[in-house]
Amino acid sequence: MSSELAISRSIEQSDLAAPNTGAQLLRRTWRAVVPILWGLVLPAVVLPVWFSGAYWGWLPEQILPTPAEVWGTLLEMLRSGELKMHTGISLLRVICGFAAGTVVGVALGAAMGLSSRIDDYVRPFFTAIAQVPALAWIPLAMLLLGIGEALKIVVIAKAAFVPVVMNTSAGIRNVPKEFVEVGDTFQFSAWQKLRLVVLPGSIPSIFTGLRYGLTHAWIALVSVELVASSEGLGYLLVWGRQMFWLDTVLVSMIVIGLVGFVTDKVLAVVEQHLQRWRIDDA
Amino acid sequence: MTLNSAGSETTPRLAFFRGLVLPVVFLMLWELSSHSGLFNPQFLPPLEKVGATAWRELTNGELLSDLMVSLRRDLTGFAIGTGLGVAVGLLLGLSRIADRIFTRWFNGLKQIALLAWIPLISIWFGFDESAKVVFVALAAAIPVILNIVEGIRLTSRKIIEVGEVFRFNRRQLIFLIYLPSAMPSILTGIHLALIYSWLATIGAEYFMAAGPGIGGLVIAGRERFEMDLVLLGIVVLGAVGFTIDRLATWLEYRVIPWRRL
Repeated sequence: MSSELAISRSIEQSDLAAPNTGAQLLRRTWRAVVPILWGLVLPAVVLPVWFSGAYWGWLPEQILPTPAEVWGTLLEMLRSGELKMHTGISLLRVICGFAAGTVVGVALGAAMGLSSRIDDYVRPFFTAIAQVPALAWIPLAMLLLGIGEALKIVVIAKAAFVPVVMNTSAGIRNVPKEFVEVGDTFQFSAWQKLRLVVLPGSIPSIFTGLRYGLTHAWIALVSVELVASSEGLGYLLVWGRQMFWLDTVLVSMIVIGLVGFVTDKVLAVVEQHLQRWRIDDA
Repeated sequence: MTLNSAGSETTPRLAFFRGLVLPVVFLMLWELSSHSGLFNPQFLPPLEKVGATAWRELTNGELLSDLMVSLRRDLTGFAIGTGLGVAVGLLLGLSRIADRIFTRWFNGLKQIALLAWIPLISIWFGFDESAKVVFVALAAAIPVILNIVEGIRLTSRKIIEVGEVFRFNRRQLIFLIYLPSAMPSILTGIHLALIYSWLATIGAEYFMAAGPGIGGLVIAGRERFEMDLVLLGIVVLGAVGFTIDRLATWLEYRVIPWRRL
């Protein structure tokens, strides 16, 4: 693959080095612009309809605020720091819950992956707990933990925990036996085998688990903030709904989508970085 | 995988008994601590009380009627969502123009955590049954669309070339090449839709207006501090989710037997 990479690199370089005639430049710009133009078709249709709908009052404002209002609310909430405060609180909760769920999850998953005895003991119980989604545990957790920070952290941690355990144990279990045998041949100690064979071999699967875990954690955050919270993005949603401020609701939804997207992308980049040794068959 | 490449084998029988240990210990601890008087029995009702509640709810028919309401909500939303999802997914997958116009925006929309739609939907569709069904339908449609588009896009270049060699027209290409080849993805999407619509049913019953349904039962139990009712409801929620998933796996296997997991 390294040779392939070298070839593709050299192609890129020669492409860059090629004389940029005017026609070529034009074609390249055109190729970059076309998808953007296509992407603008939908807003070009939707925004005027939305504007005129709001302008002529086809729908009451509580049902559909004007785009300008939503934009204004977004700017206003940015300026007042309100949005930053709520997003910060939500992020902090997700990070704490995700960290707790991940640490416990990787430890348990690794134990289950390394020892089939532990797996035998734990898996049925784990499966039973995993069957009930984090969302469904909320009322029970509220009875046991109240509606404070502990509730949020526990629910989020549970959401992240399940996919992390499943993918970590599967990843370790699926490290090819041959790899371990190579380790035996080199007379690796158990620790060396773990660090040099098992860990690199299971990293892709573990990261799949982490990404699922983060997605689930984010969903769990929104749900737990919908029920019991006096700050955070989920609270903004509930508050907006109660006051019939649809602009606030829409802004919160956009921010929730953006944060989910960005955090997933960050993990994807980390994942790629950790897998740079990997040989691609494609 | 064990660190010694010569792993030890265990019999399934032994594995089964080992699997029983934790649940049994857990339940015994529960029962003991519940009777010890150290904990408020309101938070930790003894198992026999949970059992009695389950029996009562079963025999007076309330549990079943709640279950039926939830399942109907779930399946209605699922049917609507999957139907729309298949239509939209095929459109996005097969029409290049639709793909260029909509796919990017759809990918943006799907970033929004599912539950975050609840306030908007409950403002737009009121607080009654229709809002819940719309939410469930949305939850079902998203994975269907994603997987259909993905399945069509991943159709092997080689198979398409075979179609071109046979001079297939567009309709033949769609029905003889794209759809069969995307079938496993489509079914995966529908399978996911079943799982997500049950999740959304729970979410709708928890967060939208209270009403009949298993979720409503749990919420009512929480408000009245009846832990036994909450536990019963959660066990039922989990059992239904489990059954739905198993059924879907079985069906998927029946429809395309050539696909082994």
